[in-house]
Amino acid sequence: MRTSTTGRVGQYAALLAYLVFLAFPFLWLISIAFKSPRELGSLHPTWIPRDPTLDNFRQAFDEQPLLRAAGNSLLAALGAALIAVLIATPLAYVMARRRTLLARAATGWVVVSQAFPLVLVIIPLFLVLKNLRLINSLSGLVLVYVVWALPFALWMLVGYVRAVPEELEEAAAVDGAGRLRTLVSVTAPLLAPGIVATALFAFITAWNEFFFALVLLKTPEKQTLPVVLTHFIGAEGVADLGPLAAAAFLATLPSLVVFALIQRRITSGMLAGAVKS
Amino acid sequence: MTSLTATKRSTRGAPRAEGGRRAVDRGAWFLVLPALIPILVLSVGPLLYGILLAFTDAQSGRTRSTQWIGGLNFQDLLHDTLFWESFRIGLVWAVGVTVPQFLLALGLALLLNQDLRLRWLARALAIIPWAMPEVVVGVMWRLVYNPDAGVLNETLRDLGLGDGRDWLAGLSTALPAVIVVGVWAGMPQTTVALLAGLQNTPRELHEAAAMDGAGAWRRFRTVTWPALRPVALAITALNFIWNFNSFALVYVLTSGGPGGRTRLPMLFAYEEAFRYGQFGYAAAMGCVMVAVISVLLAVFLVGRLKGGDET
Repeated sequence: MRTSTTGRVGQYAALLAYLVFLAFPFLWLISIAFKSPRELGSLHPTWIPRDPTLDNFRQAFDEQPLLRAAGNSLLAALGAALIAVLIATPLAYVMARRRTLLARAATGWVVVSQAFPLVLVIIPLFLVLKNLRLINSLSGLVLVYVVWALPFALWMLVGYVRAVPEELEEAAAVDGAGRLRTLVSVTAPLLAPGIVATALFAFITAWNEFFFALVLLKTPEKQTLPVVLTHFIGAEGVADLGPLAAAAFLATLPSLVVFALIQRRITSGMLAGAVKS
Repeated sequence: MTSLTATKRSTRGAPRAEGGRRAVDRGAWFLVLPALIPILVLSVGPLLYGILLAFTDAQSGRTRSTQWIGGLNFQDLLHDTLFWESFRIGLVWAVGVTVPQFLLALGLALLLNQDLRLRWLARALAIIPWAMPEVVVGVMWRLVYNPDAGVLNETLRDLGLGDGRDWLAGLSTALPAVIVVGVWAGMPQTTVALLAGLQNTPRELHEAAAMDGAGAWRRFRTVTWPALRPVALAITALNFIWNFNSFALVYVLTSGGPGGRTRLPMLFAYEEAFRYGQFGYAAAMGCVMVAVISVLLAVFLVGRLKGGDET
């Protein structure tokens, strides 16, 4: 579509403003992560560290058990992602293909679960998990994360299932393939990319999650990365900025990398889930 | 709660199924069960349990058994000025974040829908806030707002706009400062959703309107907006709920301070439950939050849908 030159200039100016707004906090975080303590204490901070150092990273690992926390986060996120996809895929298949009461109830749950404040869920969950002796344990956290990741996983997977033409399955059935065989050798391969994207998204959600981890994990040995990050900030709100920035930067990297991999699929998945058949 | 009764009913129906088409249904049942059990035990169950707790005097670490106390929690809550103050802050926060979030995201989505260079960069950058852990977003903005080492005050000093201030600790600046972070963090999802809606608007209509000499604003009003409305309404309603219920961002930025100026209802309820151990009372807060938000949303959506008939 034609746009006047002044219009174009305005558009680029606006785009530039957006780029600056979106990028500057992250660039500042990186900048601080590489500054020496002396520079951080000086007036007139600069964007480019005057003499870049890795000291903050070293100190961050000394101050807090970051590796152990990352290990906990990794375990919780991997477990949650695998289990969530494993149980969500069959349900999503039924939700996409059948119009039973159950399928509709599940859709209703996906919507309703978004509206409830976590406080209302966390207190009973805390009591239930306490009775099951799953407080302060990563397995308990994984269970919570699975259920917590399910609504969005279902939403995406239903979209992906709908994108697989039902005629393909019918054709396989006509050729004499049994129901299970059709699912395994026709539907599953076509769904695989969608399933992987959903699993990775569930991974990120769990890796980033804070509230449940804060409530359910009591001892430092069990705590995940986001909870440990908050320990860098003292009771009075005073923080050792350098190590805090370094640790925060490292904690973000896995999410950013995984998200970059699946970005396209996530956006198309959100859409696909929204399209009514 | 209709969803629960629905599930129960089909539980009774399914196992009796036999032969032919029924066998397919039994297969479906088998597919559904692995997800259904966790959903019932860890989501639907706790939700109902939580509502029941609101009518009890449940406390953490108490040996005496929990008593049914009827609406007493709600009566107390009615007179709890601290809670309503927190509720008011929550509403200011939710509206203050949701509205700019929508407008800024709409602008960005319209730009990204154009044939501009650097579009890929904007798309890539717009993803960063989405992928980041909320805790890191909070940490990052603390560094931006930091009175000495922060980039905001330094920029103000460079521009000769005074010495800056301690944004997150100031009584009048804390809430606005936190709201900016909320807007920043929630923009990507909204942009992506709106961009998707934009790409569904009919191109031919746009071109036809342009031929007829309609200006950009008129084209937007008559062609783009009607097509975008459903997506815009849905994402705004969701954003409002998510923002009202948000926790981690503000917990990391201010933990509710200074003097409770940024104490969102979620933070209030969290402290009530896990610092003071008042489970029943905190559950009642949760119920009130759900109720008020549902009413507000219903009013908003009904109003918007009616408005759609007029134009």
